[in-house]
Amino acid sequence: MKVLKIQHRSFEVSQVFDGTEISFEDWQAASFLPSANSTLVLPNSALLQGLEADFSVFDTIILEFPSFKDGRAYSQARRLREQFGFKGEIRARGDFGRDQILFMLRAGISAFEAEDENVVAFEAALREFSLFYQTCADAAVPVWHLRAHRAVAAA
Amino acid sequence: MYRYDQFDETIVRDRVHQFRGQVARRLSGEITEDQFKPLRLMNGLYLQLHAYMLRVAVPYGTLSSAQLHALADIADKYDKGYGHITTRQNLQYNWLALVDVPDILDDLANVEMHAIQTSGNCIRNVTSDQYAGATADEVEDPRPWCEVIRQWSTFHPEFSFLPRKFKIAVTASENDRAAVRVHDIGLKLHKNADGETGFEVMVGGGLGRTPYIGLTIREFLPKEDLLSYLEAILRVYNEQGRRDNMYKARIKILVNALGIEKFRDLVEAEWDRTKDALIDLPAEEVDRIQAYFSPPPFEALEKGSAALTQAIGDDPAFARWERTNTVAHKKPGYRIVNISLKPIGMPPGDISSAQMRIVGQLAEQYSFDEARATHEQNICLPHVKESDLFAVWQVLRAHELATPNINLASDIIACPGLDYCNLANARSIPIAERIGQSVAARGGEEELGELKIKISGCINACGHHHLGHIGILGVDKKGEEFYQITLGGSGAEDTSLGEIVGRGLSSEEVVTAVEKLIDYYKENRNGDERFLDAYRRIGIGQFKEALYESA
Repeated sequence: MKVLKIQHRSFEVSQVFDGTEISFEDWQAASFLPSANSTLVLPNSALLQGLEADFSVFDTIILEFPSFKDGRAYSQARRLREQFGFKGEIRARGDFGRDQILFMLRAGISAFEAEDENVVAFEAALREFSLFYQTCADAAVPVWHLRAHRAVAAA
Repeated sequence: MYRYDQFDETIVRDRVHQFRGQVARRLSGEITEDQFKPLRLMNGLYLQLHAYMLRVAVPYGTLSSAQLHALADIADKYDKGYGHITTRQNLQYNWLALVDVPDILDDLANVEMHAIQTSGNCIRNVTSDQYAGATADEVEDPRPWCEVIRQWSTFHPEFSFLPRKFKIAVTASENDRAAVRVHDIGLKLHKNADGETGFEVMVGGGLGRTPYIGLTIREFLPKEDLLSYLEAILRVYNEQGRRDNMYKARIKILVNALGIEKFRDLVEAEWDRTKDALIDLPAEEVDRIQAYFSPPPFEALEKGSAALTQAIGDDPAFARWERTNTVAHKKPGYRIVNISLKPIGMPPGDISSAQMRIVGQLAEQYSFDEARATHEQNICLPHVKESDLFAVWQVLRAHELATPNINLASDIIACPGLDYCNLANARSIPIAERIGQSVAARGGEEELGELKIKISGCINACGHHHLGHIGILGVDKKGEEFYQITLGGSGAEDTSLGEIVGRGLSSEEVVTAVEKLIDYYKENRNGDERFLDAYRRIGIGQFKEALYESA
């Protein structure tokens, strides 16, 4: 298993970091400060609404996809980016494939645990759509904004 | 109606291209049916008992002439020459081959149509009042807001893998023709005390095996905040909705488990945090969308028409149709024309390719190029001049499209049932056909007045039996098809869920049962009281007695 990190619209492949993974439960219970370069594993059942926490102590947060049909981690990713302002790596672990990659990226996920033979398909999946109707946790400019710009340019 | 610009066009074309790749991977064996299933279910493609079924999205039911002609061509080229209007204003093809589906999607894209999010655990096609923009009883046209929701919900990254499917309906009238209280979210445009227009937001309604009437989560939401508020509801649902049991995964279960107050607190807290983020559209974009729904160039006419009066006097069949199938329009001299897809003894909601073309021609010639699919599985032409009604009726009648039964006993909603669906316990269509034949043979349908009969072939309630004045639910009893009768349901502004009357009936008994219920009602109604009102006044006991005596 490798980590595929998104770099613009392609992937950089690296080994899975072999450091300490801290469970959300332990972190919340122990109130210790994790050491540098540590990784938090957030189960998708953890509710982040109303939570007071400083996720910036982590370099990486792993979100779990026990089944690709279980979409709770999409909301977690978006909250980490927008509610908590988390700037580090958000990495997806579990059951997902090329047909979820773009949704995951848009929700704020920046790295994927997968085999490196997935790179070609994943990169192709990122290019399947270039326009998006709505804002999310990525930097994509929504269609309504493009329309406004086109109208200004035409005026 | 809304027209695609380059952006809408690109998104739909990209989706077709993506799906073509997914189908190719399936056909080459690169992925298994198990892996393909969730992909096709993101695009309205079901594998049914005999073939693939494709559900085409008809956003809020609106169809142009060009779209109707394209749908007809697809029916001829790839299906058996017909399609089926669903209770969510969509159109289904029932006899497709997988290999053809990408080409069908290309043909649909040519007329600004698609099958995006007509299945799967995502936000489904938004539905609305089929009389929108034509009826005098709305506070404003709800369709621009439906289009706003359509665009926002299309490939929403966060809400594409919800616990279960999610249906939104919008109305702008006190007369609810969109069944907003039985949707995951129902929206009603109305005016507040200050005269401003906004949404009443209802949540947690639904049918299926656990029916609930939606509860009001917010009395008044400013229109410009619609999308951020919807996102707040969807996020709380995505996070906290049950995923351990698909029968308990709809938002109605969550809302009722938490209680509406607690659910509201969560949503409002979330919305407080996000309402100023860049979720809602800027006013210019709302204006841009709204401009597509400007009223068509109506002529300044007087109410009534000499030709119409003459035709009504001369032709009793036309007079009957004019009474039952046309509805007042907001503009003098115009009517809304309802085209019945419930000819006696035929499957409810089916429409042949020839009929699609006829409706398309009539829409183009007489109704500013617009037709609407209705959630009661009919079609309407929203803007027809009264002076044209006789001509329109003659064409409709020549193509079996003029059955004068809108809202009457033979205007039956039925799911596809065991004839098509692999979830069904019992057949629905033959029951609908036989009830229609019985009603027609016994006569006096118009005098009975509004009587809504709705038939589902299983507990999933696609035929909305809970909302039938008379509801019929197919069940499996030791391998035999049986039917349970419910009474007193309504999907209109007086929403209620039907009550089960008593033991199940065989398919032979069920038509007689409906006859007995109608007879009892006829003998006991006050004046022109509706069946539903008589039932509510008299109560279940005596109807039950009438139904089961000497049965």
